[in-house]
Amino acid sequence: MLKVTGNRDVANEGFNSSVHLKNAAAQGESRNYDDFMIVDVDAHHYETEAFSEIADYIDDPVLRREAKFQGMARGGIASMDGSYQEMTGRITRYPERRGEKVPPQPHRDITLMYRWMDALRVDVACMFPTPMLNIVTCPRIEVEVALARAYNRWLCDNILESENGRLKSMLYLPFNDPAACIDIVEKFGSRKGVIGFMVVATHYRSVHDNAYMKLYAMLQERNLPLAFHAAYTWSDKQLSLTNRFMAVHALGFTWHNMLHMTNWLVNGLPERFPKLKVVWIESGLAWVPFLMQRLDNEFMMRSSDAPLLKRIPSDYMREMYYTSQPMEMVNNPKALEVTFEMINAKTQLLYSSDYPHWDMDLPSTIYDLPFLDEQAKRDILGGNAQRLFNLETTLAPGKHERRAQRGVNAAAG
Amino acid sequence: MSEQVPVCRSDELKEGAVRVCTIGDVEIGIIRHNGGCHAYKNVCPHQGGPVCEGVRMPQVEDVIDENGLFVCQKFNENDMHIVCPWHGYEFHIESGEHVIDPKVRLKKYDVVEREGQIYVAI
Repeated sequence: MLKVTGNRDVANEGFNSSVHLKNAAAQGESRNYDDFMIVDVDAHHYETEAFSEIADYIDDPVLRREAKFQGMARGGIASMDGSYQEMTGRITRYPERRGEKVPPQPHRDITLMYRWMDALRVDVACMFPTPMLNIVTCPRIEVEVALARAYNRWLCDNILESENGRLKSMLYLPFNDPAACIDIVEKFGSRKGVIGFMVVATHYRSVHDNAYMKLYAMLQERNLPLAFHAAYTWSDKQLSLTNRFMAVHALGFTWHNMLHMTNWLVNGLPERFPKLKVVWIESGLAWVPFLMQRLDNEFMMRSSDAPLLKRIPSDYMREMYYTSQPMEMVNNPKALEVTFEMINAKTQLLYSSDYPHWDMDLPSTIYDLPFLDEQAKRDILGGNAQRLFNLETTLAPGKHERRAQRGVNAAAG
Repeated sequence: MSEQVPVCRSDELKEGAVRVCTIGDVEIGIIRHNGGCHAYKNVCPHQGGPVCEGVRMPQVEDVIDENGLFVCQKFNENDMHIVCPWHGYEFHIESGEHVIDPKVRLKKYDVVEREGQIYVAI
């Protein structure tokens, strides 16, 4: 006779990330994720829950008061437009996680990061803020700069410095102020856990502006990757023509990065900074083959428009790095396989979950692909990021414990 | 030959509530809807989320008038969906089929309710 266990009344349970993600943990077990290192290059926390702490880090006392009074939520100091990313309650972790119980130590954000990382079997995660990504669209540049400095200092002091090497970040650069970007790289480039710098794509400055050349040279010299993190803004003139989140998200998260990639190539930045590693985050993958074909075709007819390029644009694009999420996989695995070939995914693709956002991807989105061999799966899930960011081999404590129980050597496989 | 496994008393599963239990090694959600019960494996066919633990939402409809003009949106309460809490995949509560692609479906189990007890056939 079959036994009934774990009889639960879901309505009476409090939210806990580990329970919410228990099926992810089961996936990790059945796929032997304990045997290798998984790096998540794009994950987020909700810094709004610690915003009063962050506001204390704002140098300008007038802005500090404004931030503490006004807050960071909708209608707050840097808000621009409404959103219903949470799908009006369908994605339950958005409303429920605020009430998730954590112990007094370590910092709440560290505990919450570890919980989902352990469930997904992620060993190391590059964490980014959530609402504060959108300070890039704030029309008051001094506000963007002040908040960027405050967030970066808070993150380094309270999160990255105080945990055991599993949490990293590519720090926010306030791209609307090139001098401030340079200053931030100088001040934070060697802080613990800083593995690069990140620009949110929804800005209205050209990436080939001469004002940024010193920034790129600094990053190249320090061997710190530069990432463009996709985003959307309903304040964009063209995207304001859309009326549903799905539309503004599907287009916005690709459009802004396509624009910057095009300018990056046409102005020969890969030739001017050949050792600068560039990462394109959260635009999915389908846009890359499209842009490769588009630019290659036009370049062959109009090479005089991009005279610094010595090869076709797609050759340079194949040398850049891409995070995997949100990986388009609906109904056409053949297209996905071709995409992997075109971007040289075996060396250039970096797994990312984007957890806890609504379109997050589990490691199984990579691990279950039938056209990858075991080594390619492991490289995309962790090895490529480990090489790109010079990360030490790190396994989560839970992996060590389970491996010890299985009698496996503690070194990562 | 399926076995009818008792999971809870009828009065323990109120209208709109969900019971999640593990039978053998399969986690199953039993959902009370319109007086009846529906049981599905608690794994979403998309990425494996705990699909029975999400909210139930009605079908959203765009209202278009006879001239093709958009009027408003509304909920169709006659077509309730199970919504996976991980990514929002939606399934018809009666059939377990995805609302757009019926080939994408939840693993469904028969439910029997008799003498104040709910049984899942597995």
